[in-house]
Amino acid sequence: MDQFTINLLFVGASFALYIGIAIWARAGSTSEFYAAGRGVHPVTNGMATAADWMSAASFLSMAGLIAFTGYDNSAYLMGWTGGYVLLALLLAPYLRKFGKFTVSEFIGDRFYSPTARLVAVICLIIASTTYVIGQMTGVGVAFGRFLEVSSTTGLLIGAVIVFAYAVFGGMKGVTYTQVAQYIVLILAYTIPAIFISLQLTGNPIPGLGLFGTDQASGEPLLAKLDQIVRELGFGEYTAHNGDTLNMVLFTLSLMIGTAGLPHVIMRFFTVPKVADARWSAGWALVFIALLYLTAPAVGAMARLNITQQFWPEGTAGQAVSLEQIENDPAYDWMATWQQTGLLGWEDLNGDGRIQYYNDKNAAMQEKATAEGWSGNELTNFNNDILVLANPEIANLPSWVIGLVAAGGLAAALSTAAGLLLAISSAVSHDLIKGQINPAISEKGELLSARIAMAVAIAVATWLGLNPPGFAAQTVALAFGLAAASIFPALMMGIFSKVNNKGAVAGMLSGLIVTLLYIFLHKGWFFIPDTNSFTDADPLLGTIKSTSFGAVGALVNFAVAFTVSAMSKPIPQEISELVESVRVPRGAGAAQDH
Amino acid sequence: MADQSTHHAHDAEEAGKAYWSANLRLIFISLIIWALCSFGFGILLRPMLSGISVGGSDLGFWFAQQGSIIVFLALIFFYAWRMNKLDREYGVDEE
Repeated sequence: MDQFTINLLFVGASFALYIGIAIWARAGSTSEFYAAGRGVHPVTNGMATAADWMSAASFLSMAGLIAFTGYDNSAYLMGWTGGYVLLALLLAPYLRKFGKFTVSEFIGDRFYSPTARLVAVICLIIASTTYVIGQMTGVGVAFGRFLEVSSTTGLLIGAVIVFAYAVFGGMKGVTYTQVAQYIVLILAYTIPAIFISLQLTGNPIPGLGLFGTDQASGEPLLAKLDQIVRELGFGEYTAHNGDTLNMVLFTLSLMIGTAGLPHVIMRFFTVPKVADARWSAGWALVFIALLYLTAPAVGAMARLNITQQFWPEGTAGQAVSLEQIENDPAYDWMATWQQTGLLGWEDLNGDGRIQYYNDKNAAMQEKATAEGWSGNELTNFNNDILVLANPEIANLPSWVIGLVAAGGLAAALSTAAGLLLAISSAVSHDLIKGQINPAISEKGELLSARIAMAVAIAVATWLGLNPPGFAAQTVALAFGLAAASIFPALMMGIFSKVNNKGAVAGMLSGLIVTLLYIFLHKGWFFIPDTNSFTDADPLLGTIKSTSFGAVGALVNFAVAFTVSAMSKPIPQEISELVESVRVPRGAGAAQDH
Repeated sequence: MADQSTHHAHDAEEAGKAYWSANLRLIFISLIIWALCSFGFGILLRPMLSGISVGGSDLGFWFAQQGSIIVFLALIFFYAWRMNKLDREYGVDEE
């Protein structure tokens, strides 16, 4: 059987499973549509949250980001998991106790202010929409590579599948599909990693293999990797080469942003009890950790494999020849990925060999002059192909490659569905029921939620087909908004008695400061060449625009407390609301409202 | 303490305050550990720990890539267990 048929089988079988679940889990009421009837077991919810959270970025990009930067990008590992501690300790149980359907509804009620609710809805819609674009393009790319259809066709197929289970099933359909998608994606991620770890270190657990011994050289894997990349003029893999302040703020921004992303928070509305919300955050992190403890191993091992492929005789010997790249089956992956435009090499000095090294390093430039090299000849290596190409690089059986294709699609589709659900509930529950027509019937609200979902899918598909040039940068925007506006508002709503004016002023100032900082560095509304600063030379010290969310959050807190202290304290009934959110007793009653 | 809810209003209020400050204390301790293992051992204090080697690198590298995640997991489960127990002790759990 050829690779194409195998890929088709794996992807087709996984899609049939998702559709089957969609038919089984149809939503009949708004409670089922928004919160799966609040009957989801904490372990099930944890698994669904893990699939919801781990997007194309976690599955495809993260290992590549770690592989080519090393230690400094540990910020992603700590940031994207540490947020769950904040979620479990500071938000999830209290929001579950509050017992409503959306994040903005809590902000609106707690700060007795339709303005606060509206600001939250706008932040939520911008953050979720920008995030969903990346998922839809990811779906298109994965289809294009593995099923040999155009990425447009791939994207449309993906949109139809999401439509089927998200529009009919709502949160209920999405939850159970996400459980299936989690299983597909975690198998797809760990199986190739186990094979590679066995090949390199003899240890079947990749996370342990990372700190194990490289069998070929007998040295510790990380020491070997450090040595090889150092000899090619790159920064050592395990060394701290970047700026410390920026790394701290970037990690913190990712943590706060994770805890403030509405599509993650709303998953905790689905469990039966407050106690379950606490457990569920733990289970979510268990399932996330299975991938996140493997990712650094995937990154380091792939970097070692790739570097050694280019220097088969070691860094002191000859580089790989063009002839070997063409004829040796171990190098077949290079031709496959060259076609996608995501990988490129060029024999600049015409010696029939491809020298891969850091041509910006002074010592290497001297060596290059002596050896007659004319610059780094691996001219293009897109980080995102690392996970997809990894099984081919390691020469794994073709069924593993089919599984990885299904896994990549599962990661992108599950996150897209969660985001679309967050958008549609914001529109139907916060905008239509909350602001435009409060008298709408349950049936009418359910219908409007489905229409909003269908429209959101259409818009996301259109944006996926015509991605704005800034697609990659908007992820920073989503995290920045969640960190600077949503997280502080929720936290102050629970832990302090900040009033309506304080909350609105805080959210707006956090939002504006963060947007300004991002636009100043990435261009106004992401239009190229309208930026005044760059992330290489930022406005404030060494703080890059991607790390600014934490500063925005600080501004939000500071403004909110100051304004609140200068204006009227909160009314008695809101004070009672805060007190009641703080104790679990009575959570059962709240869900019947 | 299981009969807190049957006492009169003043006692219930006192118990409510005690429950909340016990919760805040637990959160505070947990967040110190959270920060120490990620920002501390993983980033800022890494140079101090560089003498302790772990499989080809040092302890700080391990914390940044794996250790912090394991500590986060332990923290969330510890907090959930401890809080669910506190809920029962103060009689504010869900029936």
